[in-house]
Amino acid sequence: MYALREALNAFRRAPMLTGLSSAMVGLALFVVGLFGLATYNLQLALTTIEERVEISVHLRDDARQSEIDLAHRELEEIAEVRSVTFLSKRDALDRARAEFPDFRELFSDLEVNPLPQSLEIELVPGERNLEIVESIAATAMTYPFVEDAFYGREWVDKLFTLRRVGAATTAVLGGAFALVAALIIATALRIAIFARKEEIYVMRLVGAKKESIRRPFLLEGAMTGLIGGMIAWLLTWGTYRSVYAFLFHVAWLPPSWVMGGIGTGVVFGAIASSFAIRRYLREV
Amino acid sequence: MIKLTNVSKEYPKRGHVLRDVTLHMKKGEFAFLTGHSGSGKSTTLRLIHMADRPTNGEVCVTGYSTDRITDRDLWKVRRRVGFVFQDFRLLPGRTALENVSFVLEVTGTASKDVVQRAQRLLAQVGLSTKAGALVHELSGGEQQRVAIARALANDPYVLLADEPTGNLDDRATRGVMDLFWDINAKGMAVLMATHDLDLVRRYPHARLFELDQGELVYDSFAAEGDHVRPT
Repeated sequence: MYALREALNAFRRAPMLTGLSSAMVGLALFVVGLFGLATYNLQLALTTIEERVEISVHLRDDARQSEIDLAHRELEEIAEVRSVTFLSKRDALDRARAEFPDFRELFSDLEVNPLPQSLEIELVPGERNLEIVESIAATAMTYPFVEDAFYGREWVDKLFTLRRVGAATTAVLGGAFALVAALIIATALRIAIFARKEEIYVMRLVGAKKESIRRPFLLEGAMTGLIGGMIAWLLTWGTYRSVYAFLFHVAWLPPSWVMGGIGTGVVFGAIASSFAIRRYLREV
Repeated sequence: MIKLTNVSKEYPKRGHVLRDVTLHMKKGEFAFLTGHSGSGKSTTLRLIHMADRPTNGEVCVTGYSTDRITDRDLWKVRRRVGFVFQDFRLLPGRTALENVSFVLEVTGTASKDVVQRAQRLLAQVGLSTKAGALVHELSGGEQQRVAIARALANDPYVLLADEPTGNLDDRATRGVMDLFWDINAKGMAVLMATHDLDLVRRYPHARLFELDQGELVYDSFAAEGDHVRPT
């Protein structure tokens, strides 16, 4: 109770200092928030593209229905396969007409349907990498009535290269942003605690236990982190709304990311305070 | 109560500050610790308060010895030893009452008793009417009284004072000294470091220790034959 009251009093006694600390923490987390927003939207875009990765297994015209049904069942039993859909020659033509309306007349004039019947294989999300796609295509090719298996090798290759680059960039840039934010938060709280070193000295002098001294400062650090986290959230939200309204449509961060960001501010604020106060606890 | 046995203190940059000091103070005694600037007075008080540890020898205070006490347990000694500084070291931006109640709160006094006890302590040092005054609104003498009230908050056995009258005028000095004697009369040992020999002479009944270049050269209560000069 005393610790909480003292932590709150610190904001009342030195509103400028604690306000500036919170603002510094907020700005540091805002940069991380912006990076999170960009990363999340990039991830969403890649996932949307990835969902279109599927394998189209073209079948010979003389393939028997019983053979096709067997292959259908066997391919569906593969763990990484979400669904297999049989597309007859007729279905293929209808789809082509629907997808390419400019060529509707061309498709109507055909005497013989040139499109093959096929098995369209959709993969389980998260399993749409090149290795698995290639492996399933190779399995499909083992059936004698299969003419070819298409999955746009080059396109899939580029997509996954893009994802790897994205992951590496996120790790490096995100790590750098997080480190800078951590240093700024640590500095802000160090300054705030430096301003109160006399108080810590007096506490040690009169026989306060280290835990009793540390507790209000940990709470103060956590509160600074919380306020900073809220500031960062508001700034990131404002940026998101502006981009959405004036530039292009973007998605807002999932609640778990927002809570995680604010939580990180709280935890880091407490940890930074704990480190900052250690030095002064040793002095007397 | 306070026992220094062959205590030496050496700092890396300053060299030897105390050399082989042996000093024993009993419960309820009033003693001055005198000496020139740099003679080791403040270091002696710091060692007694266990803000520092001796390089050699042993400091024993109210049963706690520097040989055995861990950093984690230092708070136990600090609650038995009050400390008053020349520059008061009060927390600015807080009232006299808040400066005293702050100590009571951090040392675990029940919340409901804090204000009442702090007011009683301020009354004890003659400042009950100034409880609500901010530190910068008080005179030097009054600030030192608040510092004394703060030092008494834990009902210590010993009160250490490092040049407590150094920043005060004559009138305030007399007031603070009267307060120390009142406190001592209630059974608390008082050890006051000062270089003001005129002040010391006004209290001939008090015990007197004198340090010179880190050595204890005089103890007014020493018996004939002791290594320090007797009265």
